[in-house]
Amino acid sequence: MTRVALVDLAHARSGDKGDTANVGVIAYDPAHYDLLRERLTPERVKEHFGPMVKGAVERFELPNLGALNFLLHGALGGGGTMSLMNDAQGKVFSTGLLRMEIDVPADVAEAVAGRGRVPEGWSP
Amino acid sequence: MRVASGQGFWGDDLEAPVRQVEGGPIDYLMLDYLAEVTMSIMQKQRARDPEAGYARDFVPLMERVFPACAERGIRVVTNAGGVNPVGCAEALVEAGRRAGVAGRAKVGLVTGDDLMDRLDELLEAGHALENMETGEPLSTVRDRVQSANAYIGAAPIVEALSLGADVIVTGRSTDTALTYAPIIHEHGWAVDDHDRIASGVVAGHINECGAQCTGGNCMIDWWEIPDLATVGFPIVEVAADGTFVVTKHDGTGGRITRASVTEQILYEMGDPTTYITPDVVADFSTIELDDLGGDRVRVHGVKGRAATDFLKVSIAYSSGWKAVGTLMYSWPDAAAKARSADRILRERMDRLGLSFDEVRTELVGWDSTHGMLAGDPPSDLPEVQLRVGVRSEDRASVERFTREIAPLVLTGPPSVTGFAGGRPRVQEIMAYWPALIRREAVESHLAVEVREV
Repeated sequence: MTRVALVDLAHARSGDKGDTANVGVIAYDPAHYDLLRERLTPERVKEHFGPMVKGAVERFELPNLGALNFLLHGALGGGGTMSLMNDAQGKVFSTGLLRMEIDVPADVAEAVAGRGRVPEGWSP
Repeated sequence: MRVASGQGFWGDDLEAPVRQVEGGPIDYLMLDYLAEVTMSIMQKQRARDPEAGYARDFVPLMERVFPACAERGIRVVTNAGGVNPVGCAEALVEAGRRAGVAGRAKVGLVTGDDLMDRLDELLEAGHALENMETGEPLSTVRDRVQSANAYIGAAPIVEALSLGADVIVTGRSTDTALTYAPIIHEHGWAVDDHDRIASGVVAGHINECGAQCTGGNCMIDWWEIPDLATVGFPIVEVAADGTFVVTKHDGTGGRITRASVTEQILYEMGDPTTYITPDVVADFSTIELDDLGGDRVRVHGVKGRAATDFLKVSIAYSSGWKAVGTLMYSWPDAAAKARSADRILRERMDRLGLSFDEVRTELVGWDSTHGMLAGDPPSDLPEVQLRVGVRSEDRASVERFTREIAPLVLTGPPSVTGFAGGRPRVQEIMAYWPALIRREAVESHLAVEVREV
């Protein structure tokens, strides 16, 4: 097993509903969906965010889209106009989750290395 | 039939709706302006000016596109009305006359979502409007409620279309209904056609955030998405059986792929098997996507079931005051200086006896997006912005906070700049109270009116 950051295995999008942030995690390679499902348990995700998520973490499976959806309750400082957070609407909890490190087989780690990052030498 | 998306929120690309109208064939243009936060902003504006309270951008936009829409038979559906749909429709009629479409266009107005004037009557009749998150009854904050709007569905929009309205203005219609109401109207689906309406809901969810499904804010391979400067907004081409293709006009920028559409499907997603709307409960775990290539993704397989007996109500109530102040610290030891300034600021506020429910400190450029996941900042960080926010029921404390930022420039740690914007602004907090109400209590009051331009 090799430890890799989720950013090379999946892309993600997040949004808000009240004080809850959601993060949808989508496997780059549909073949990795089961691996993500195994590693990204609600408990692990809750542990990853630590005190940033005050409430529970719920997980929903969307095998049809090769995706998992997480609800992070109590993550937005009260949400909406109440929140003092720069990211009051949870727009970048997505990349926050992609920082998480998980153990994957060495061949998977090799195949995905650098997948989620701008190629070297790229310029806008 | 084609429903084009022209705005994904109030503040979206002003040229996008024009590109949708001018860039190729469409039948309907849907413009979504509302979000949880938007309603409370509009409410504040209406409190200052009774004429305000709707998405004002919508009026000059329609003045630009009204003639082309009238010529090509493009009908527009929007929730730009916000908390003042009547004011919005009146301004729209004026805009139509200025645009030269008098006698050639009709404006549809949907009202009845606004529960503010009926609130006490509803509470007395036993509608407790409990907070969906905390279970508390609304009576605990009743005297602070500023607005209350039910999320309404397709029926009144379909009715306005049947009455011949060309531009339909609503208040708090759901974002998705702006897309699927015209689809129901065109294809003549029955109210119990759950699967097809659910498919329309998915089309609405994909459309409702504009370019967020066509390459905007898209994470997958974002660096190679072409020409976002002229990004094409989505268009759904919907067949009578409910299946549809997500696409965009030829010659526009951006990219539509299975992955870009999947990202948008997951946006603001709760339990995917239970996506509740006023018209159907859609099951997003049944969505099937086929990437057809050429910026076309086909959506099929969607299942739905009967809607619930309730509508969601979006309530805004005053909940104190807040302000956010910032200062910029430079290398060397930028983060250490910012943290030191924060400590000094807090000590001064304590000594002044100011009262806050929350004081939050973030370092922009280090931890304001990922919090503690960012770890400890290195000492050679080139710069960092101290960002301190305060929240209080006591306005005077927040006011005083706004006068405590600038003094830090001459009385705190060195190499600080970036305070030229002046004192932070005190903002009234409009807290959000989501509730449910029995649908007949709202639906009996919905009204549809058609006015000639």
